[in-house]
Amino acid sequence: MESNWVYTDKVKEHFMHPKNVLKDDEGFKPDGEGMVGNIKCGDQMMMMIKVKDDMIIDCRWKTYGCASAIASTSVLSEMIKGMSLKKAFKLTPKEIMQQLGSLPEHKIHCSVLGDKALRAAINDYYQKNGMTDKVCKEEAKIICQCMNVTDHEIEDAVLEGARTYYELQERTKLGTVCGQCETEAKVILEKYIKEHFK
Amino acid sequence: MKNPKIYLDNNATTPLHPEVKKALVEAMEVFGNPSSMHEFGREAKTLLDSAREKVSSFIGANIDEVVFVGSGSEANNTVLSMLACPSKHCCSFQSASKKIITTKIEHPCVFETAKCLRDRGIEVDFLDVDEYGKINIEQYKEILLRGGVSLVSIMTANNEIGTIQDIKMLCHLAHKHGSLFHTDAVQAVGKIPIDVNDLNVDFLTLSGHKIYGPKGIGALYVKKGISFCPLIRGGHQEKGRRAGTENVLGIIGLGKAVEMRSKEMAEEEKRLLRLKNLLKHGIEKSIPDIHFNGHPDDCLAGTLNVSFSGAEGEAILLYLDMEGISVSTGSACSSGSLDPSHVLLATGVGAEQAHGSIRISLGRETTQKEIEYLLEVFPKIINKIREMSTAYVRKDK
Repeated sequence: MESNWVYTDKVKEHFMHPKNVLKDDEGFKPDGEGMVGNIKCGDQMMMMIKVKDDMIIDCRWKTYGCASAIASTSVLSEMIKGMSLKKAFKLTPKEIMQQLGSLPEHKIHCSVLGDKALRAAINDYYQKNGMTDKVCKEEAKIICQCMNVTDHEIEDAVLEGARTYYELQERTKLGTVCGQCETEAKVILEKYIKEHFK
Repeated sequence: MKNPKIYLDNNATTPLHPEVKKALVEAMEVFGNPSSMHEFGREAKTLLDSAREKVSSFIGANIDEVVFVGSGSEANNTVLSMLACPSKHCCSFQSASKKIITTKIEHPCVFETAKCLRDRGIEVDFLDVDEYGKINIEQYKEILLRGGVSLVSIMTANNEIGTIQDIKMLCHLAHKHGSLFHTDAVQAVGKIPIDVNDLNVDFLTLSGHKIYGPKGIGALYVKKGISFCPLIRGGHQEKGRRAGTENVLGIIGLGKAVEMRSKEMAEEEKRLLRLKNLLKHGIEKSIPDIHFNGHPDDCLAGTLNVSFSGAEGEAILLYLDMEGISVSTGSACSSGSLDPSHVLLATGVGAEQAHGSIRISLGRETTQKEIEYLLEVFPKIINKIREMSTAYVRKDK
């Protein structure tokens, strides 16, 4: 490949030769399965895990998405093999990205789905094995009561490029009625900018 | 084919025609300012005049009806922005009520400018299109009938799906209701016959680098007698319609490019159509679950837009790139925005289909061998992507 490729060599390698892709005819029997995202938004990921003694011993995935979505799921599938469920549950998009070298800023949202799909798969495993006390649902908290905007939507807006309160408002309409949520929204905005981009 | 380097993104830009390259090299020595009265200036002015003559005759205009500008975007911005000129001395559109009709599938340089004008209080109607990208005539007539429309701006041929509009008829309707008519013909000039007198348009935009000329040069046709307000003010260049020292080399290149187009266009159109059909049928035969976007007949000969279900556009683009083939996509992911092509969405295709679209645009250097090579690698690539996709279930399973 020529120089100036938009992605790192690591991304390119995982994109060209993705690891642990689920083959339809291989009869992989997962212990836990999670699917997140939406084709309409351009990204959808499915993660399947095999678990033994609270450790992920194998996994498979499928992804509908661009090169960075494919590469980040592939690299994630390599990272989690041999990892404890507890540790895997805490994996962040930032850690996935670090494994890939880096991603262009506007592609970071593509790597976020991987960890979400993994958490969904782990929760599914807990659910199926009667460990419902360990299931940790990512419940959204409503921040702006007037416009019904949640912290998850603030995170999505940050991943889609919002960096200032004004940009956040442009995308979510948050705080455009009574404005009482401004302080809390700003704190959450900063938290997600720090979490994903700093 | 060893180490292929196949360029199938000619709607984005085209390589310089060898004759244009030659003309540019020859003209490189000329550095005078065409506004200067001395010999150096006169030398540049002569070349500039000759290029203006070529460009104007190519589209059937008079010499003084062609204004050289920096790009197609600048030409389009110039026309639309006239409606927002706040100066009371400006002679354009001052008496008319300010209302524009344009479409949902315009190039961003029209689309975004129109949205900006709307934010500045100008009424803008964005016409719907049908599944093939043809504008809704009934809606158009209805808005015109309501009256007060000062300008209509509709592109001749769409850059993404290649659909060609009936500009002559649309322009006739606009004039019937007292509106001026502009067409962004950047993708059409040099590919299909364009005659401004036949179309009877008031403004027309064309660009150099889409027809094997240099980048950074465009032209705006302004019908004689139509009031005008420049976007770039300053010197008296271009009869006061576009200030700034002329891009002499660019203009010479554009002149040569249209000269070559007049010789090659008709034959090339036939050849490209044959190649496109070869490609289209080849894809149909070897890849299931696809959809062709754009009009089946009223379409640019060299443009083919196709959606692959379950495969995302950027992934397809990059796998093709690895094989040495350059195409373009309407997928959001390659553009940096999250919304897929506004053109495809306007034709009513679902977001998924828009995300999974590829534009293959052929040009004068495209060969049959290249198309055959693309057809050879295409099914494997689509299959590979679909195999790892959550969104594709093979029908034969």
